[in-house]
Amino acid sequence: MTDHLLEVQDLSVQFHSAAGTVNAVNGVSWHLDRGETLAILGESGSGKSVSASAIMNLIDTPPGEITQGRILFEGRDLLTASAEERREINGCRIAMIFQDPLSHFNPVYTVGWQIMETLTAHGRPKEEARSRALELLHRVGIPEPKAAMDRYPHQFSGGQRQRLMIAMALGLQPDILIADEPTTALDVTVQAEVLALLEELQQQTGMGLLLITHNLGVVAETADRVVVMEGGRIVERGTAREVYHNPRHPYTCKLIAAAPGKGEMRDSALSGEPLLRLEKVSKSYGTFTALKGASFDLRAGETLAIVGESGSGKSTLAKTLLRLEEPSGGRALWEGEDLFAKTPRQMARVRRQLQMVFQDPTQSLNPRMSVFDLISEAWVIHSEILPRAQWRDRVLQLLSQVGLQPEHAARYPHQFSGGQRQRIAIARALALEPKLIVCDEAVSALDVSIQAQVMDLLAKLREELGIAFIFIAHDLPVVRDFADHVIVMKNGKIVEQGTVRVIFDNPREPYTQRLLAAGLDPDPDVQAARREAREALERRAPMQEPA
Amino acid sequence: MIVSAPVPDTNHRPAQRLFTVLRMLWADKFAFCAALFLLVIFACALLGPAALSEAASQVNLRGRNAPPFSLENGWQFLLGGDALGRPLLARIIVAAQNTIMVAAGAVACSMVIGTTLGLIAGYAGRRVGQVIMRLADIIMSFPSLLLAVIVLYILAPSVGNLIIVLAITRIPIYLRTTRAEVLEIRERMFVQAARVMGASTPRIVFRHILPVIVPTLMTIATLDFAFVMLAESSLSFLGIGIQPPEITWGLMVSQGRSYLTTAWWLAFWPGLAIILTTLSLNLLSNWLRTALDPVQRWRLELGGKKT
Repeated sequence: MTDHLLEVQDLSVQFHSAAGTVNAVNGVSWHLDRGETLAILGESGSGKSVSASAIMNLIDTPPGEITQGRILFEGRDLLTASAEERREINGCRIAMIFQDPLSHFNPVYTVGWQIMETLTAHGRPKEEARSRALELLHRVGIPEPKAAMDRYPHQFSGGQRQRLMIAMALGLQPDILIADEPTTALDVTVQAEVLALLEELQQQTGMGLLLITHNLGVVAETADRVVVMEGGRIVERGTAREVYHNPRHPYTCKLIAAAPGKGEMRDSALSGEPLLRLEKVSKSYGTFTALKGASFDLRAGETLAIVGESGSGKSTLAKTLLRLEEPSGGRALWEGEDLFAKTPRQMARVRRQLQMVFQDPTQSLNPRMSVFDLISEAWVIHSEILPRAQWRDRVLQLLSQVGLQPEHAARYPHQFSGGQRQRIAIARALALEPKLIVCDEAVSALDVSIQAQVMDLLAKLREELGIAFIFIAHDLPVVRDFADHVIVMKNGKIVEQGTVRVIFDNPREPYTQRLLAAGLDPDPDVQAARREAREALERRAPMQEPA
Repeated sequence: MIVSAPVPDTNHRPAQRLFTVLRMLWADKFAFCAALFLLVIFACALLGPAALSEAASQVNLRGRNAPPFSLENGWQFLLGGDALGRPLLARIIVAAQNTIMVAAGAVACSMVIGTTLGLIAGYAGRRVGQVIMRLADIIMSFPSLLLAVIVLYILAPSVGNLIIVLAITRIPIYLRTTRAEVLEIRERMFVQAARVMGASTPRIVFRHILPVIVPTLMTIATLDFAFVMLAESSLSFLGIGIQPPEITWGLMVSQGRSYLTTAWWLAFWPGLAIILTTLSLNLLSNWLRTALDPVQRWRLELGGKKT
């Protein structure tokens, strides 16, 4: 027997559901030592989170069942330990942080109270807990720790909440910290900060860090070793550098190939009258101005990317443009006519030319309508497009155009995977034969390989149909491969715009430079260089986190 | 999660559809029994008064408070006789018509009016919504029975007026539920997607929002069915509802109340009829909710295997 800090041996977990038994994890083994970072990399459904849940005793039995294997923590098998013993270990020796910190904080208690609770629950006296909590808040870089103790979770930004979560997890100086997608919900710049914080804390305390992620960039930035999972099995393991440069398993090769940001940048040579011209469009909610005088041109067949952090106003811009939100000022000229001056009836007619694909296809498709109904609804609303007799053939044609099968027409949205649902949403947008499709974070909820497929599909449709795209994203590499022009937004303002080559190769604004530097590259060597660049930038002009 | 549920028939012939519905009903045995029971009640309501009204109102002093389960006085006395010696079984069958008419009428009216107002209050502008909600508050702040007493005291008590009064007092329940749900659902992505496609307001409301709310409303309506039956009985008890010799189950229960210690069956059988009807409606609405939901429908399509 070896003396690893934590070792998972031959673990298998099954889930019993109505559809049958699912082997979530099948004979998985890995280990973690003090002071090292192990990344478990996989897409959704690969079982990457299941072994961590087993360690923390978070698997509900039933429907889950641990059929075989051992989890050794300092040589002790956790699976045979009593509930009492496991509570002693959870939170105290092994701590965990989650993807969405807002949903893991109780909204009715102050964060100070919640951090102290971890300590008092493990028997520390109250005064000691209080001083320790203060120290932790200071440690993770929360401004004014004293005042922060008495604030509630909603009063912090996403990045700060993740820091609070880390502070909570570190309260009892655990030997192991499990981070389940800790930065997936965060902006790129905040993601970089949180990862840097985790690494720094690890170096100081010497804890083992288990990082569960789907993002190759995160692996490249932080991990010493990596385990790649697919379909509940480990398909590849090794150091991060080794796995990236010499992948042996086809799945790993596919994952690495799917990572965006390596293709050729497009050089657009479009000229002529703009299809859409925005002039000083603004939008305010009460006294808060979400959008300040945005202006740009878009030509037919052109792809415009809008990038920026959350709260920069990029989604507001799209919604205002489509009149889902009423604008506060400015003009939007669509083929010379002002969209904002149109009556609802006139607007309804124009809508077929401007379509939108939303971020989360699970929510943007009505769950009670079959795929056929979803797509053909377009023709119910705009009956001039297609006579009823041809609906059936056209639906089948659209389905094959987006890479789905004819028999899918009779099914309902819940019977599809996330990527397939997004294809349905795209088919629905195409049914109206639009000239412009606005994609609001249309691929950011998808797995990397699915994301690549959907991007390929969009590129194909652009070539075949000459549709213009406004592509809103926080993920810069995706934009790099796809867009002609890029607009960078910050706090409701357009801070920089230009062709994709100019923005990516010669960014002028410090904000743009920072955004680019914060992006994570899947190649560990490239990423190391990029980190140095970022730190240099940081030294010159320290970033302030938005309050 | 991909569930490989059988693809629904693309062939929409009515006969085939009916067969699919029946098979799904058979898959849920409780709902199947409930449907059968409701069919029987419906038949009673339709045919009962024509066939048995004479027997039901015939006073037979030898059969006063006759105990149930004896056939001495004929099959109509299987469930016993009431205080005037009228056969309970026949009376229950005859009373089905009035009971179901009042309850179904009141529930249907309040549901339709309440849902419509709720949709308007939820989807239209702020001001319209406020006006509708304050109206609902007024109705709710008024004790419903008191309102009914006043109205029925002024108007003549009749089945029609009774339905109107009961319907008005129950409107706020549907109105408030509908409005709350609309406010939530109108912000969902698929509603936004429909707006982007240029869908008209009626289309969004009736095609996208209403179907999501209907299961909730159906559940409330079935529960309300029992409430309305009992409310009607209290009004009848006060003499401003259904007037004897007309009968309803609720009236039979309240008439039998004074004999509870000596002849329990007077109140028990009509009470049982109320309970079974409500229970059946509940089971059936439960089934309907599953059958109408594409995400849940496979449970019935699999042929009723317990999961």
